[in-house]
Amino acid sequence: MSDQQSLAEVSNLLIYGSMLVLFFATFGFAAAFSARRTRTVDLRNTDSATVPELATAGAELATAGAETSSGGAKVPAAFAGVGDTQAPADPDRLPPGRRAGNIAIALSWLGFVLLFAGVATRGVWAERAPWGNMYEFSISSALAVLGVYLVVSIFRDVRWLGLFVIPAVLLTLGLSVTVLYTEAAQLVPALQSYWLVIHVSAAIICGGAFTVAGTLAALYLASDRAERPAKGAISRGVVAFGQRLPDAQTLDRLSYKLIAFAFPLWTFAVVAGAIWAESAWGRYWGWDPKETWAFITWVIFAGYLHARTTAGWKGRKAAILAIVGLAAYVFNYFGVNLLFPGLHSYSGV
Amino acid sequence: MNAPVSSPTEFRTHADPMDTQAPAPTGLSLTGWGRWAWRRLITMRTALILLLLLALAAIPGSVFPQRTSDPLAVNAYFEANPTLAPVLDALAMFDVYGSAWFSAIYILLFISLVGCVFPRTRLHWRALRAGPLAPPKNLSRLDHAKVHVAETDAVLSTAAKHLKKGRWRVKSGDGWVSAEKGVSRETGNEIFHLGLLVVLIAIGWGALAGWHGNVVIREGNGFSNTVSQYDTFTAGRFADIEAAPAFSFDLDDFAVDFDRSETQRGTPLNFDATVTTTVPGETPLTQQLGVNEPVEVDNTKVFLIGHGYAPRVVVKDADGEVRFDDSVVFLPRDPEFTSTGVVKVPDVTPQLGLRGLFLPTAAVFEETGPISTFPAPDDPGLFVSAFTGDLGLDAGEPQSIFTLESENMQQIGLESMRVGDSWELPDNAGTVEFAGYDRWISVKVAHDPGGPWALAAIGVAVLGLTASLFIRRRRIWVVAGEESVTVAGVARGENQDMEPEVSALADNLTQSYGTPVKGGSK
Repeated sequence: MSDQQSLAEVSNLLIYGSMLVLFFATFGFAAAFSARRTRTVDLRNTDSATVPELATAGAELATAGAETSSGGAKVPAAFAGVGDTQAPADPDRLPPGRRAGNIAIALSWLGFVLLFAGVATRGVWAERAPWGNMYEFSISSALAVLGVYLVVSIFRDVRWLGLFVIPAVLLTLGLSVTVLYTEAAQLVPALQSYWLVIHVSAAIICGGAFTVAGTLAALYLASDRAERPAKGAISRGVVAFGQRLPDAQTLDRLSYKLIAFAFPLWTFAVVAGAIWAESAWGRYWGWDPKETWAFITWVIFAGYLHARTTAGWKGRKAAILAIVGLAAYVFNYFGVNLLFPGLHSYSGV
Repeated sequence: MNAPVSSPTEFRTHADPMDTQAPAPTGLSLTGWGRWAWRRLITMRTALILLLLLALAAIPGSVFPQRTSDPLAVNAYFEANPTLAPVLDALAMFDVYGSAWFSAIYILLFISLVGCVFPRTRLHWRALRAGPLAPPKNLSRLDHAKVHVAETDAVLSTAAKHLKKGRWRVKSGDGWVSAEKGVSRETGNEIFHLGLLVVLIAIGWGALAGWHGNVVIREGNGFSNTVSQYDTFTAGRFADIEAAPAFSFDLDDFAVDFDRSETQRGTPLNFDATVTTTVPGETPLTQQLGVNEPVEVDNTKVFLIGHGYAPRVVVKDADGEVRFDDSVVFLPRDPEFTSTGVVKVPDVTPQLGLRGLFLPTAAVFEETGPISTFPAPDDPGLFVSAFTGDLGLDAGEPQSIFTLESENMQQIGLESMRVGDSWELPDNAGTVEFAGYDRWISVKVAHDPGGPWALAAIGVAVLGLTASLFIRRRRIWVVAGEESVTVAGVARGENQDMEPEVSALADNLTQSYGTPVKGGSK
């Protein structure tokens, strides 16, 4: 038992270590964000769909000497939407905030490795997949959010996004270690199934993607607002903030890509849950609160996907739906687990 | 999704009549209004609003207890909120998912889906058979590139060859080559939506043609699959109960492990029921039945859904004659399995009724009275209060086996017993012996003919969905002009940028035949 106990302690230490590292990463991301030059937005052109693509995408290639004259070679998709508007005058000098951003990304990777090790150790300690209670689900969710962000960072320059994602990860971890912590290791018979691995891992990965996508959708609203003139004091603040962000279309596309990835996976997670529910409880769908909110989340994101191709719903309304979808997902976790009685009451709190 | 229009440059396989703000018909023509309403219903915008309404309408069912899943909680809600509950009930807040308003939303949504997806599928099928479209008149609106060449015919055939090698669907016409790729984007989209329809139909069929029943079985006892044997039984309108498989099964043994550690004391760790199923004409089969391990017999599934204790009671009359000797199912009232039940002994005069409290690990506290402190039978106790008089069984009205109608009975005594104890009843009414206990399980037996279909359909639907989200649909044209050819392309999907593919093809043709004139984007 003492060996067992020390494993749990190792897991906890790794998670605290990850939190410390991510705490410092947040400062790096803050420095990187505040050093961003503001976009100059052509306010005469209020059609946000046509503003950005060519105006911003060229930066990365500009340093490599590519042509950026309008109508010139468009940047390949992998570089488009990078969102860094400034090209440095001196190619040997890093643009402002770049070093801080790089350090923050490196720290985030370190935090990811530590957190991964912490979650894995917890699984070794419990001798099962570490998703048996709210504490374990939360640290795994934090890992998924961080993981999705870092995977995106491989393909896109999203150093500006870290300031908004990493605090969410830290908040989740903070709640986990303080409020949700539990020593519980044993699973009730209903949870003893290989479907735990399939159903819950899919849900957790979706959570990571929905969180980053919802964050991007919220930032889209600010960026979109910044493409129109400010009217009052509050909107001046939003515009000033939004002008530091990449253009709205970039944010919209990135958000969409994550949801397009997560939506089929979420469908799968719900179906896997239904199959599991059938073998555990004798019915595949019973409108248990958890099932209901999973359905609501699914329907909202289905609405989002339709909204993006419906006139009058593209852009802002679609972004709001992405945020509402994320809210439904989060509510399904905290709200349903803690407020409503149901078959999914395994919080351990 | 809507009535389709074909416009090659924009891939508008479906136009939204409401996008153009089709005016509502004037006058009172019923068909005019009908057509208007139908057009309006099948627009994407209506579908979207119905989706959002569906999400909204599902919420109350998670807030208020539902009769379908927890009828006792509904009763408790009525007791706690006597004025509010009837109002909520009138709004079907306790039967949200079967309510008229919830059904209205999803039925409208599915009609809208049908109205959209079938015409769309027909058009897509036609387009697939027709092959790639002829080029639009004005290519300069698209991503395009021009290549100067002398021999346009040779260039066109090279372009066609090149595109075919790149696995494009290619069609050649008079002075043009047209190619398309990624039609499975639309195919997948339609498969997804049709799949959802099949899922709904399969679920509906399962409810109409299926049946399920619950039954409690004590250790050493059996059950045979006939309607009269069930404690509760529900069948769909078209269920063929006569054709239900005539199997039977016995519960040989049932074991439960409970956690004894500090952190999760009393949590069940493992349920293990050993059952022997017998299908007429076949050798009996002994299997393990557990949570997550249903037993399947003849397309019928047996699920383990609950368990409890059945204390064994022996009642003798004043002459020492055994009048009752059986284990009696008691229902657990708390996680520690404090269980209540009644024993009815009509074969003595006067009739005897026992109200009992079975405690697997018995303890008596001042505040709570006798309760169980652990769910395992570490120190079983039976607390009995005895009644004599008329059990009311002769009146012919069905009685619950879990309640004692004691209006016409008189309480004659109370006793606390351990296993093996006998209690000499007052008034020379005989003896009650607590002879031991059995465990019982409750099982659900269910036949759902729709389930496998729903599962298959949702599997195919998810594949279609994935295709519709990740495949880019692209068209490319090579059109011959005066000593030049123009390469132009259009893409549908998230990345609508065709420039790389257009310029790659143009470069290829340039290398073989000529010089580019000028590149161009939209």
